Amino acid sequence: MTADSARPAINRLFRFQWEPAQQAHVLLYPEGMVKLNQSAGEILKRCDGARTVPQIVADLEAAFNASGLAAEVEAFLEMADAQNWITWNTD
Amino acid sequence: MDTLLVPPAALQRRPGPLWLLAEVTYRCPLHCAFCYNPVDFAQAGPELSTDDWLKVIREARALGAAQFGISGGEPLVRDDIEILVREARQLGFYTNLITSGVGLTEARLAALKDAGLDHIQLSFQDATREANDLITNTRTFDLKRKVAAMTKAAGYPTVINCVLHRTNIDHLDRIIEMAVEIGAEYLELANTQYHGWAFLNREALMPTAAQLAEAEAVTERWKARLGKKMRILFVTPDYQTKKPKKCMNGWGEVFLSVTPDGLALPCHTARMLPGLTFPNVRDHGIDWIWHDSPLFNRFRGTAWLPEPCQSCEDKDKDHGGCRCQAFMLTGQADATDPVCPKSPNHRLIETALADAEKPGTVRPLVFRDPKNSARLARPF
Ligand code: SF4
Ligand code: SF4
Repeated sequence: MTADSARPAINRLFRFQWEPAQQAHVLLYPEGMVKLNQSAGEILKRCDGARTVPQIVADLEAAFNASGLAAEVEAFLEMADAQNWITWNTD
Repeated sequence: MDTLLVPPAALQRRPGPLWLLAEVTYRCPLHCAFCYNPVDFAQAGPELSTDDWLKVIREARALGAAQFGISGGEPLVRDDIEILVREARQLGFYTNLITSGVGLTEARLAALKDAGLDHIQLSFQDATREANDLITNTRTFDLKRKVAAMTKAAGYPTVINCVLHRTNIDHLDRIIEMAVEIGAEYLELANTQYHGWAFLNREALMPTAAQLAEAEAVTERWKARLGKKMRILFVTPDYQTKKPKKCMNGWGEVFLSVTPDGLALPCHTARMLPGLTFPNVRDHGIDWIWHDSPLFNRFRGTAWLPEPCQSCEDKDKDHGGCRCQAFMLTGQADATDPVCPKSPNHRLIETALADAEKPGTVRPLVFRDPKNSARLARPF
């Protein structure tokens, strides 16, 4: 489990960008590409190594006028971590 | 009427290429006996100019390609790599330099980084100087170590590719250990694919079944020990696994390769195939080449497949295997890949595997160099 103060960032092995031909956010890595759905794209867009998970959740809830997103965001970040897409800033 | 907004199925185009590989030169300071380049590379036409490459990069990106790989030969023998990387990166490509490391000086690395290069893949032939130099036929091993340290210091993840074969596979434990020592994040262990020079040297390069089993066991041990610290990918040899593989994820589906002299190909080695016209990027746009050229449509999908593939349940998975392998082994480009046990020619694979087990056979290596290329003057 990660502490509330840990700040996720995109792993430098990947590049995150909007891809017009796919009409989607993608993660690019050597010789490959992951096409992300909208919510995954919105979460990763906020993984800048500066925001904590609670901050990301609050930000998404404000942007999409929603509430109770914490569980979904945490589940996604856990998966993203297992895929090596993100790393954690802790200092 | 909203049906008018939906083009008829016939007008809906398939997706463009996702991956552009620029093989910018056949020149190379190394002489690897397992090189997949065509044996007759010395007869290739003049190299594309910087402007030719810039045109290819722009057109492929406009079709939606997102990966830009630069290889060769040794790409760094050209002095315009920085220009190509800068353009590709600025257009949104993920840029990957595939290099032996020879020619990568501090200054060159800084210039590439400034141009926006995302990634460097370094090829290592072996972990011991003797074996490394034997198979590449040069003294480059110390240099590779230095280059790995340099790219790491420049902030690049260290990604190493090592081709495995009969004469280095027994050193795998040391190879992996060395990748750990230099702090690699990722190690690809690729068993030799028998194309080009590797096909010519197949007898000398093919490991025995026991060697291969040991190599897999060694890899598994290290994987368990290293976990996420260093990822290891062991690419199994299709001769031994008897599993045919699609040509680069399917002929004309995601991959576009361009040779130093401008031929657009659906896989690295397709220029060896007989009876086909290879479109040159000097004469045609990438859009036409990808969607409309006879070459890219020749083996697209599965409709062209012969038996036993046509009625096989696995045809969507492997599209009948590798076209070059089928041609090199059977003389027919549209045959079932002989690595498949259902192929009527599968005994060719069995024979090659049995030969690898014969002790005492003399197995000389033919090194990849322009002189041997001109002398042999054959595609593989
Ligand atoms: S495999 Fe060896 S000889 Fe062939 S291009 Fe690569 S480094 Fe050069
Ligand atoms: S018969 Fe053809 S389609 Fe079936 S597994 Fe073999 S190569 Fe693949």
